[in-house]
Amino acid sequence: MLEVKGLNAWYGESHILHGVDFEVREGEVVTLLGRNGAGKTTTMKSIMGLVPRREGSVKFRGNEMVGLMPNQIARAGIAICPEERGIFGSLSVTENLMLPPIVAPGGLTVEEIYTLFPNLRERAKTAHGTKLSGGEQQMLAIGRILRTGAKMLLLDEPTEGLAPVIVQQIGRTIREIKNRGFTVLLVEQNFRFAATVADRHYVMEHGKIVDMIPNHLLETSMDKLHEYLGV
Amino acid sequence: MIMIFGIPGPLLFGQLLLGLINGAFYAMLSLGLAVIFGMLNIINFAHGALFMMGAFVSWILLNYLGIGYFPALILSPLLVGIFGIVLEKTVISRLYKLDHLYGLLLTFGLSLVIEGLFRNAYGSSGMPYRIPDMLSGATNLGFMYMPNYRGWVVLAALTVCIATWAIIEKTSLGATLRAATENAPMVQAFGVNVPRLITLTYAGGVALAAFAGVLAAPIYSVNPNMGSNFINTVFAVVVIGGMGSIMGSIVTGFGLGVVEGLTKVFYPQASATVVFLVMVIVLLVRPRGLFGKAA
Repeated sequence: MLEVKGLNAWYGESHILHGVDFEVREGEVVTLLGRNGAGKTTTMKSIMGLVPRREGSVKFRGNEMVGLMPNQIARAGIAICPEERGIFGSLSVTENLMLPPIVAPGGLTVEEIYTLFPNLRERAKTAHGTKLSGGEQQMLAIGRILRTGAKMLLLDEPTEGLAPVIVQQIGRTIREIKNRGFTVLLVEQNFRFAATVADRHYVMEHGKIVDMIPNHLLETSMDKLHEYLGV
Repeated sequence: MIMIFGIPGPLLFGQLLLGLINGAFYAMLSLGLAVIFGMLNIINFAHGALFMMGAFVSWILLNYLGIGYFPALILSPLLVGIFGIVLEKTVISRLYKLDHLYGLLLTFGLSLVIEGLFRNAYGSSGMPYRIPDMLSGATNLGFMYMPNYRGWVVLAALTVCIATWAIIEKTSLGATLRAATENAPMVQAFGVNVPRLITLTYAGGVALAAFAGVLAAPIYSVNPNMGSNFINTVFAVVVIGGMGSIMGSIVTGFGLGVVEGLTKVFYPQASATVVFLVMVIVLLVRPRGLFGKAA
């Protein structure tokens, strides 16, 4: 579904990604693990076309995405939930939810999103999206891209800084959308959480993929992983 | 005769109405500036020239093509809006990555060029534009005679201002605009063609100026300087209202028009400066403007 080959990215003079290679198959949940600054978020942004300069190849359903504008990539069926969540303070909660245009049939209805995240239903009337708690903002950021019909979701650290009960809720959501046939690329610092949702894990270091660990081998690869992540 | 604060009623109300009329133009022009600034981060100094173009286009439509006032109210903003699209696509869009100052200088230069071209072609003495028959005459309101056309201008301006506010605050298009003002790359990553949205926003702001220009044509004579006469005050209005605030520009525009009108009654010598006095006071007390959000 998503094939990344020799992806390089730059922010101004700094060369962040040095030839990233990996693939995500349809219906999989795949994580990018790695220390801070390894290039995980930049990889997500590069797939979406949100970096000033990128080279290499990002193929989505066989079509080349490098060279397209972010809006064209979104229309192809990739949606991002960014690390900083990207909730708009000048929009109400409902407006935030309805903001992303529908790009394909098969997205969740607003009712289904409210069933996944009952908090959002209660807060729907809130006038400013940024008035929500961190957890609610995260639910909103995930919920609004489920509506669009995009089947490839890029979730950048959706559990960062959230209470355990909300982390569990987000974990349930990821398993639920996987069952519905969505494909997820997930950036995570917390590999214990990643292990509960993912099929495979790619490990990043210094702007490159250095290892791939299938989820069922995660337990036996703990020593290696601790070394990679420095935890 | 009724006296209010020792002033004859008709004089007071007459100046109030004049103030409202000026306020209507301040509101429409500063509204367009606010919309453009919010989205493009550019202070559109060409706004006055485009207002003047709106008046000229309606004059040209009438005198060369026999197209009257009411069709011109639609056609002129449309044509000037298309001109705005060309401006944005060819020159303004090249400046988005640079400092605000470059946009200001470019649009200032554009306004000089546009005004110069019209001055060359039509001279600067000004040309009359007749009030359409339907709106000529005056109505006795009991306390004063109101020229129908002036009442129409206030009404039309209010309608357009409120419609613009409603589009931006209450529709999904408006939500997309507000979101793009806040974080354009994020909105583009959702699949919205943001560069096109920016072009259309500029065209919309420009069309508002042109609409005001058509309304102004029968009141002030159609001349190349009519925009620059207004624009200084309009920038003061924008600063007082708070850069980029939609409701702020509408309320401040009408409000300052009225303040100016009242000053003409009670202390005529200060009528030309009162707006700037208010600006100084507002800037001292509330530097981000009356309706501006904290940066």
